[in-house]
Amino acid sequence: MTAHAKVRSDAPSAGLGRSEARLEHGPLVRGKGRFIDDISLPGQLHATFLRSPVAHGRITRIDITAAAALEGVRAVLLYDDLRPLLTAPRVPVSMPSGAIRFDVDPFVLSRDEVCHVGEPIALVLADSRHVAEDALGLIELDIDPLPPVVDPRAGLAEGAPRARLDCPDNLVARTTAAYGDIDAAFAGAPVVLAEEFHLSKGGGHSIETRGVVAAWDEAARRLTVWDSTQMPHRAKRVLARALDLGEHEVRVIAPDVGGGFGPKFVFHPEELAIAAAAMLTGLPVKWIEDRFENFFSTVQERDQFWTVEVAAGADGRLRGIRGVLIHDHGAYSPYGMALPYNSATNLIGPYVLPAYRLDISLCLTNLMPSTPTRGAGRPQGTFVMERLLDRLAERLGLTRDEIRQRNLIRPDQLPYPTGLFTRDGGEMTYDSGNYPESQRRALAESGWHDFEPRRAAARREGGLIGIGLANYVEGSGRGPFESGAVSIGPSGQIVVTTGACAQGQGTVTMLAQLAGAALGTPAEKVRVIAGDTAASPLGLGAFASRQAVTAGNAVHLAAEQVRAKILRVASAWLNAAPDELELDDGVVRVASDRERSCPVSRIAEALAGSPGFSLPLGVEPGLSAAVDFQPPGLTYCNGTHVAEVEVDAETGVVRVARYVVVHDCGRLIHPRMVDGQVIGGVVHGLSSTLYEWMRYDDEGQPLTCTYADYLLSTADVTPRIEIHHMESPTPLNPLGVKGAGESGTIAASAVIASAIEDALSPFGVKLRDLPLTAARLSALVRAAGGAA
Amino acid sequence: MKPQPFTYHAPQSRPELFALLGALEDARCIAGGQSLMPMMNLRLAAPAHLVDLNGIADLAGIRVENDRLVIGAMTRQRAAEHSALVAETCPLLTKALDHVGFQQTRNRGTVGGSVAHMDPTAEIVTACCALDADVVLEGPDGERRMPISAFNTGYLSTSIAPGEILSRLEIPLWPAGHGSAFLEVTRRGESFSVVSVAALVALDAEGAIARAALAVGGLGPAPFRLHAADASAGRPADDDFIAALGAEAAMLPADGDFSASDDYKQHLAGVLTRRAMRAALLAAGARHD
Repeated sequence: MTAHAKVRSDAPSAGLGRSEARLEHGPLVRGKGRFIDDISLPGQLHATFLRSPVAHGRITRIDITAAAALEGVRAVLLYDDLRPLLTAPRVPVSMPSGAIRFDVDPFVLSRDEVCHVGEPIALVLADSRHVAEDALGLIELDIDPLPPVVDPRAGLAEGAPRARLDCPDNLVARTTAAYGDIDAAFAGAPVVLAEEFHLSKGGGHSIETRGVVAAWDEAARRLTVWDSTQMPHRAKRVLARALDLGEHEVRVIAPDVGGGFGPKFVFHPEELAIAAAAMLTGLPVKWIEDRFENFFSTVQERDQFWTVEVAAGADGRLRGIRGVLIHDHGAYSPYGMALPYNSATNLIGPYVLPAYRLDISLCLTNLMPSTPTRGAGRPQGTFVMERLLDRLAERLGLTRDEIRQRNLIRPDQLPYPTGLFTRDGGEMTYDSGNYPESQRRALAESGWHDFEPRRAAARREGGLIGIGLANYVEGSGRGPFESGAVSIGPSGQIVVTTGACAQGQGTVTMLAQLAGAALGTPAEKVRVIAGDTAASPLGLGAFASRQAVTAGNAVHLAAEQVRAKILRVASAWLNAAPDELELDDGVVRVASDRERSCPVSRIAEALAGSPGFSLPLGVEPGLSAAVDFQPPGLTYCNGTHVAEVEVDAETGVVRVARYVVVHDCGRLIHPRMVDGQVIGGVVHGLSSTLYEWMRYDDEGQPLTCTYADYLLSTADVTPRIEIHHMESPTPLNPLGVKGAGESGTIAASAVIASAIEDALSPFGVKLRDLPLTAARLSALVRAAGGAA
Repeated sequence: MKPQPFTYHAPQSRPELFALLGALEDARCIAGGQSLMPMMNLRLAAPAHLVDLNGIADLAGIRVENDRLVIGAMTRQRAAEHSALVAETCPLLTKALDHVGFQQTRNRGTVGGSVAHMDPTAEIVTACCALDADVVLEGPDGERRMPISAFNTGYLSTSIAPGEILSRLEIPLWPAGHGSAFLEVTRRGESFSVVSVAALVALDAEGAIARAALAVGGLGPAPFRLHAADASAGRPADDDFIAALGAEAAMLPADGDFSASDDYKQHLAGVLTRRAMRAALLAAGARHD
């Protein structure tokens, strides 16, 4: 069902705005979680993969004799060994997209051509992981190298080598995000500025790497796969389709997942290879990706090259933005083109932009496939818009807050159709919010207007400080639906099942809180089963900041239906009108006479039926309800970030001194968990802005494959992050909630760049590229003639 | 990330240790394991035998002997960092230890292990270079010693001969009242240094330089000493002195890499040298002009 009910005024009884509930927190913090590597099956084999040592080449010879003969090795499998189990040569992972020109699904193992370093070629099964790794060194592999494509700009040039011999060129997709009369916007515009940006975005880097445990029961014809994934239901579909199994023959379980952040959305070839190996050998197989191979076997987010122009009036009001985006797509297409398209659409942000045209080219490269990580392309679009606004402000002699103020969409313009369309074809329309108030509050909370005295004081001490400002929106709660079911059996236990998937973000607590509130029961007494395809026939999973919106409303509505059924039966049994009844921790009471009561478990017992006896009142059997909530469109959260930084101009080292977030994700369900999501998102964004950089050499060899080389933000460089909530309920779902999982990342790069540029204003340094490493900043300062 | 098969040995005495080292082919000694184990797990190192030094008596400990600070090779970095004796007699080393690895790795990592590993970014090595430390090696036939400046033989390579272990460091003490500073730039807060600088200075009664030493780490396989510091006795402790040091440091040869170019490293060497000597002079009580 699709619900358009008004937002409830009785928010607490809907389970909103309370931060007491703790369900998964305790076990996870105490080390009692059950992650993929905690699952061990009797007789299981340990798998490891031989991976391509080159970025591009053709396999000419593989000799597995010595590896297969090593004691403890049970099998060494190649593409040809697995192919008979598969319905098609390639793993059917592609997402629908008309703009994708070529079929670039990966193979389960390399068939003949390898297209990136790390591509799995052979699968070793052994009695231990140690022996399996020993065997890798014994496989003889000959590869004829082919010229690699590493830089997408070069890959799109005339005469470039082909990244994949099965594609006629490297332009895997070209599309345009456009509306309005862009030529008219630029014709005669008082101000036109051009800029180029080279943005490298950091990856997912969940603390738990990927992993799969698969078991095939030949007698029952059942494949059970434990998978550290954000998307168990989709994994089940891919596995069933690829292995020619019925839906009833495949069960996928995501146990506790130690972080997803995007990459575990993608179905990787290893997930199919391990399942196929279990079927082939009849033995359970376990594969745990190690930290090292994670850098060249798990999808990443990487490079974008933007060439853009902005046209504005003399008053600073935007007239149009146009340009070209070249996006590094990597070697395969497991996620369509959501990533660059999100960048393009999120550029608009909370601003009135009358005309827009961005031509987007996706280039195949011989690097890891590039797919969304937290923020999913949006931080880049926001970065470009916010940089352009800073440039315009400088050109026009306006303050950075004033130019934004003049362009922000006003509350009375909402709902605001941007003119663009989302990838599901819906019109991209901002639903609710108060963008000017968000900025006003962020400026007030951060002391923006008092900054100049602070700057002068720091300068007297020899310090260079700067302040930055950035606004953003984020489309959240992507559909098409999520499932939520609530049932109470004769035991009285409330059970919630959902296709949503818990990744440590608090989904279990959030759903238990909503169900418990509707049913008058403490959240801790509600049992939530998420991430198991046997528990929920339908489901999507964790992505696009969606689970509070989709699963939250599904569970809320299902719990309300169960509540109504309880009250209907109790009303008859207690001889009182439903609105005279209270539901209090498993007991229904008459409010005016609390001695008149009946336990919910007795109602559940009655509705479970007794052989040959009628159900009470002729109600439908069972005390349960299931709702697949379909959001009518994306709901847009928004916010403003202000950051203060201290920059050592000589060394380029940046210290983020203060970070203020004003955040509006509609109604808050569990405010402290929302804070946790925002803090995590900001840290992820700071990490991507200042430190993370996946480097490759000219041959496509990855250079940063340990956390000594690839840097993530750590606690010692993270400022306290101050969060101030606004609550603009969305009319698009009954709870009025919006997503919060990614929003913290979106403005981080933009605000830090603005702040650093401000601190370095004595040198006139302009920041165009990410990440903003100390080495880069120092080089810019020196090139500007400063700090020699 | 599983090591290749190896045989683990845990000798409990020096004779047993040296007999093993003499007899085994392709053996590596393991101290705290904070560098060697990750290298083995990545299969960048694959010794056939691992000889554990943790069972050998008297390899750990800190004492002062004949105006020298003596630090046993198996002394944990964290123990040295918290040692009152080190803080009192050799504050530069205390400052350097604060930057070594992470608190968690310092709990296990050893002072000698860091020197024997000779990572070009190792803070202890940079400090020892400024301090003119001696490295004492021990083998079946007794001890030999060398200045740390002669210990390095290239990237991650040392003069330790087959069958030998690094036994201890001996650091000549600087006079009471000397000043020191240890500064480094990292790519992110607590992490490997890009360039590190250790500075020492003692002033004479008139406030001029009595003696100074400055080492710059991170540019090549081993730290460099600055001649302008070594030859500074009698110079006024002024801005010209600091500028001369900085100029020399910025001209040192540097091996750049993809995350820090050679010119960035040279630039940092100059900047940190000036800052470190300025801080050391301040600590020595130089007049602030």
